[in-house]
Amino acid sequence: MVTGTEPVTEVVDLALTPLRELNQRLHDVATAGEGPRHWRVVNPRGAHAVACGLDAELDVEIDGHVGYYCAGMNQLATVRVRGNAGTGLAENMMSGLVVVDGSASQSAGATGRGGLLVVRGDAAARCGISMKGVDIVVRGSVGHLSAFMAQTGCLVVCGDAGDALGDSIYEARLYVRGTVAGLGADCIEKEMREEHVAQVRDLLARAEVDDVDPADFRRYGSARQLYTFKIDNAGAY
Amino acid sequence: MCGIVGLFAKSPGIEERLGVHLTAMLAQMSNRGPDSAGVAVYRDPAPFGSSKLTLYSADPHEHWGALCDELGDAFGGEHEPNVRASHAVVLVETGAAEAEAWVRSRHPELRVMSAGRVIEIYKEVGRPEVFADQFHLTDVHGTHALGHTRMATESRVTTEGSHPFSTGLDLCLVHNGSLSNHNTLRRALRREGIEFQTENDTEVAAGYLAWRLREGASLEQALEGCLDDLDGFYTFAVGTADGFAVLRDPIACKPAVLAETDDWVAMASEYHAIAVLPGADDARMWEPEPGVVYVWEQARV
Repeated sequence: MVTGTEPVTEVVDLALTPLRELNQRLHDVATAGEGPRHWRVVNPRGAHAVACGLDAELDVEIDGHVGYYCAGMNQLATVRVRGNAGTGLAENMMSGLVVVDGSASQSAGATGRGGLLVVRGDAAARCGISMKGVDIVVRGSVGHLSAFMAQTGCLVVCGDAGDALGDSIYEARLYVRGTVAGLGADCIEKEMREEHVAQVRDLLARAEVDDVDPADFRRYGSARQLYTFKIDNAGAY
Repeated sequence: MCGIVGLFAKSPGIEERLGVHLTAMLAQMSNRGPDSAGVAVYRDPAPFGSSKLTLYSADPHEHWGALCDELGDAFGGEHEPNVRASHAVVLVETGAAEAEAWVRSRHPELRVMSAGRVIEIYKEVGRPEVFADQFHLTDVHGTHALGHTRMATESRVTTEGSHPFSTGLDLCLVHNGSLSNHNTLRRALRREGIEFQTENDTEVAAGYLAWRLREGASLEQALEGCLDDLDGFYTFAVGTADGFAVLRDPIACKPAVLAETDDWVAMASEYHAIAVLPGADDARMWEPEPGVVYVWEQARV
């Protein structure tokens, strides 16, 4: 990109271009260290694995609904989906930003290690399952078994949470504004101190969610009573 | 795995081209279920007092005309069979239950795939695209249809083990998932007089629904009963004379997406099977909640 000119957007039409070619071209930018920074993908039509494995500071906008595993393993890139996303959105993302304007199916942000995932609609079951450092902000609600075995990172839910929230949770922080259908094993409500309100405020600001008061959230986390937390069992691992 | 598709027409244009759309949807689900495929199409109601059966014969030289003559002698009327590959649809001048019982007793070599006034079920082993071609699926019009692509896990790959399964007159079931208590349930249902033709787990779910409906449950009640009595993974789609119903098990491992426009309601295992429909980009779209029964029905005029 030459300084002083409008950023050039590379448009890829998935009705004409094979998916592997798109992903390869996106990967090539990281490998070569040069190439277009702004990408627009049209006609995704529910294709799986769109914009997976990115590893460069790209800005990829996807115009339509995507299938499974969109933006999986994302590093550095910003991926925006102007539609809904299927199962495994941003699975194991490492860094960067993934934003979905619509809703996401189950296991959004699963095992994510870093970066920020924003779902403007609802996320389904198992949102943030086994999250390991990713931050997730959901403007709507999340389904059952969200943040199952969540290790680190924050899950911010502006709507409601389904059954068994935070089952077998480790150190992740869960913030829910609406109702929680039920807490999973070893997940308890915790005091919402000023530092937590500040954390929610920061995450909402980064997610560009400006119609929600950070003070309205409740915090949930681990009671640390399961087998894994007992010092006598440390030798078993 | 397995793939499910369902399409419910809300406009004459979709009804006319139901088979074209269904074929496109099935092809998108081919990778989820490459070993068999099947459809239930609701179309051309038989006149009141008569019924239609979809029959399957393993004999490629089956004399369907001779069977129609026998049915004419037994119940009156003269009808030609409508043959599609290994299947034939026959009109019978009596109620569907009596017609089905007659075929079962007189022609045990035939399989009754469906019985009712509006339903037709076609299913066969092989890739979904090949199936659609063999059965000239693109020619078919109708009000609504369900389709299934199978990746077998619990039982053999046979025509009989393919979906949809008939669950009663004008009713059928397609299934993505696997049931773990089907043997116990099959024994219990056999004691209730429900017959089974295969070792297939989905046939047990179909038999369960047939039993609950026979005992007076509504379709919604019968499906809600599945939540208590079936152990395993499932997304079910049930076809009825007027519409279809969808249910996912409470754990919801198996996917489903629903979409609606002014012209159609569609369901599929994955969105790309819906993306092939006209106006899909602007459809209202959502994921069915686990453990909740969804029903669409044609307004009865």
